[in-house]
Amino acid sequence: MSTLRNFSRFITDTIRIITTGGPIYYAWVALLLLLIGVGANAYIGQLHNGLLVTNMRDQVSWGFYIGNFTFLVGVAAAAIMLVIPAYIYDWEPIKEITILGEMLAISALVMCLGFVMVDIGRPDRFWHIMPVLGRLNWPQSMLAWDVLVLNAYLVLNYFVVTYLLYCAYTERHYVKKLVTPLVLLSIPMAVSIHTCTAYLYNGLASRPFWNSAILAPRFLASAFCSGPAILLILLQILRKTTKLSIKDEAIFKIAELMAYTMGFNLFLTAAESFKELYSGTEHMVYFQYLLFGVKGHNTLVPYAWASIICGAIAFLLFLVPKTRTNWVTLNIGCVLIYASVYIEKGMGLIIPGLTPDALGEIYVYTPSKTEIFVAMGIFALGFLVFTIMLKAAVPMMLGEFTINRSPKLDAAAAKSQEPA
Amino acid sequence: MTAQEPCQPSSGGQCPSTEEGSRREFLGVAVAAVAAALTGCEKLSAEEFLQDKFTELSKSEVQTVIARLEKEYKEKYGKEVKVGNAPPVPGVIFGYALDLSRCIGCRRCVHACVKENNQSREPEIQWIKVLELEKEEGVNLQHAEHYYNPDEVPREGHFYMPVQCQQCKKPPCVKVCPVGATWREKDGIVVVDYNWCIGCRYCMAACPYGARHFNWGEPQIASKDVNPETHYLGNRPRPKGVVEKCTFCIQRTREGKYPACLEVCPTGSRKFGNLLDKESEIRYVLENKRVFKLKEELNTQPNFFYFYGV
Repeated sequence: MSTLRNFSRFITDTIRIITTGGPIYYAWVALLLLLIGVGANAYIGQLHNGLLVTNMRDQVSWGFYIGNFTFLVGVAAAAIMLVIPAYIYDWEPIKEITILGEMLAISALVMCLGFVMVDIGRPDRFWHIMPVLGRLNWPQSMLAWDVLVLNAYLVLNYFVVTYLLYCAYTERHYVKKLVTPLVLLSIPMAVSIHTCTAYLYNGLASRPFWNSAILAPRFLASAFCSGPAILLILLQILRKTTKLSIKDEAIFKIAELMAYTMGFNLFLTAAESFKELYSGTEHMVYFQYLLFGVKGHNTLVPYAWASIICGAIAFLLFLVPKTRTNWVTLNIGCVLIYASVYIEKGMGLIIPGLTPDALGEIYVYTPSKTEIFVAMGIFALGFLVFTIMLKAAVPMMLGEFTINRSPKLDAAAAKSQEPA
Repeated sequence: MTAQEPCQPSSGGQCPSTEEGSRREFLGVAVAAVAAALTGCEKLSAEEFLQDKFTELSKSEVQTVIARLEKEYKEKYGKEVKVGNAPPVPGVIFGYALDLSRCIGCRRCVHACVKENNQSREPEIQWIKVLELEKEEGVNLQHAEHYYNPDEVPREGHFYMPVQCQQCKKPPCVKVCPVGATWREKDGIVVVDYNWCIGCRYCMAACPYGARHFNWGEPQIASKDVNPETHYLGNRPRPKGVVEKCTFCIQRTREGKYPACLEVCPTGSRKFGNLLDKESEIRYVLENKRVFKLKEELNTQPNFFYFYGV
C-alpha cells in the first residue's frame, strides 16, 4: 500500500520536475514542440493524400523513413554496449553512465516506432501487426520478429530505468538480484534487435546488395561506432550543465573501444566492397550505383564517399591516443563518425539496395519535403522524450530530488515565507 | 504494328523516367485526393476497421463483408459491382507460358489488364511491364528499356519480354509479410487481402520480379471504366495504401475463362492452362519447347514460364 502511495508520489513529482525549469529548458522544449508540430502537420497531409506525397515509388518502395529507422535501431542497440564493459569487467567509471545509455535506447526506440508508423500505408490497421491483438506471421516474417524484439527491448529498458530511478527517489538501494540479470539480458537483446533488423534485409534474395552474410556483423560494428559517438558528446554536455560527475577516464575508455569497432567496421566494408568489385558479377551494379553512379545517375556518390572519408578520418583520430584524449579532436571525431554511419546505415543502405530495381530500372530517389518534415518531427519527438527523461533522472541520480528532499519546493516554500 | 503507349509520365509518378516532371503532377493528384477526403469518400466504418483477415472469416462473415463492399462500391461508382469469392477449382494449378520469339512488345496486354482489373488510372498502376531487350545482350535486365516508345514495334535488333507476377511456388513475398495478408491459393495464385494489408511494402522489397504495386495515392477510376465483375481476392477496387498484383485474372480463370492479357494478345504469344491436365496446351509447351524461368537461381519456382516457340 505504501509502495503504491510512494509510486504515485514518484509520478507526480516527476511530472513536477519536468514541467518546471529555467528559460533555456523552456525554450528548448518549445522549439522541440514546434518542430513536432511541423512534422505532425506534414504527416496529416500525408494521411490525406497517401504516400504519394513522398518520393518513394514502386521502384524504390522504401526510402528516408526506413533509412532513419535502421540507423536508429543501431543507436538503440549501441547505447547498451556501454553496459558490457561496465558489468562484465566491473569497470566502475562507466557504470553510472549506463542508465543514460538506457534512456538513449528508449528515445531511439520511440523514434524507430515513429518511423515505422509513418512509413506504413494503413496506420489505421497498425493493430494487425501487434502481438496477441493482431495476426503476426511469426516465425516466417523477419518483420514480425523485429516487432517482437523491438517492443521487448523497449519494455525492458523502460522497466530498468524506471525501477532504478524509483529506488533512487525513495532513497533505497536497488535489489541487485533483480537488476543485474535484467541489465545482462539487455546485452543479448541489444545484439538481437540489430541482428533482426539486419536479417530483415539480409533475407531477401531479390536484393543482392543486402543479401550478404556479413550484413548483420556490419550493422553491429557500425552501430557500436555511432551510438557511443552520441553518448560521448552527451556526457560532456551533462557534466558541464549538471553536477553529474563523469570521469575523463570513462570518456577516453569509450573512445578507445570505439577505435576498435571503427577499425572493424571499415574492414568489413572493405571486405564487402572487394568481393563485389573484384568478382564483378552482375550484382556489382548496386555497389557501382552507390560508389560511382550508373548511366549518369550519381546522386548518392558524393554521400557515399563522404561517409567513407569521414569514417576513415574518425578512425585515425580515435586510434591515436594523443588525438583521442584531446577534447577538440575527440569531438570532431564523434561528429565525423556520426555523419559517416548516418549515411552508411541510412540512405546508403536502403537506396542502393533498391536501385536499380528488380527489373533493372533506375529511379533516382531523393526524399520529398514531406518526408524531411515528418522525419524532423520524429527526431524532435525523440529529443523531447530524452530531454524529459534526463530532466527527471539527473537530480534523482544525484540524490538531489528524493521523496524527502525536493530543492525546488523548498525554495518555493522559502520564498512564500519571505514577505511574511 | 504500332505500340501502345508506355505508362504516361503524367500518371502521378508511377513511371518516373523523368526526375523533374513528376513533382508538379503530385500537386494535382494531391489536391484531388484532399477533395475526395473532404467529401467523405475516405470514411472508415467500424466494421471495416475491425474486419478480420479473409481466411479467418466464416462463410456468413464473408457474405456480410461482401455485401458491405458491394454497397460501398455502389455508393462510390453509382453502379452495381459484383464481388465474387469463387474458391479454387480442385485438381487445377494454373500455369502461364510466354513465347519470347513471338511477342512484339505492343503493350496491348498491359492496357487490357488495367481495364479488366480495375487498376487506378490516376496515378496509373500497371501489373504487366514489357521490357525491351537487345538481341545482342539477351535477357540482361541491366540493359532493359522500360519506357521504349518508337513509332513501330518490334524495333530492329530488339526483343520484348513482358513481366508480371510469376505466381511462384515458393513466393518470397508471402514469406515476408508480417501479418499474413498475402498467400498462395490451392490453384497456385498468390493473392492479397486488401482489407488486411498494412501497407508496409516488405513484399515489394522481397519480390524479384517487380510484380507488386502500391497504391501511393487514392486510386481513381471513372465509374464508366469500372469492371463490375470482380473477385474479393482479385480485381475489386482497392483502397489507398495497400499492395496489389496480378492474380492471373482470378475472377475469370476460376470461371474457366482465359486471362485478359492472353485474350487481347494479337500474336498468340501467351499460353495459359491447367498444369495438372496432361492434355493442356501449357503442358504441351513445357514438354516440347525450350523453356526457362526468370531468375531461376533464386529458387522461387515460378508457375510462369518463358519459351522460344520458333
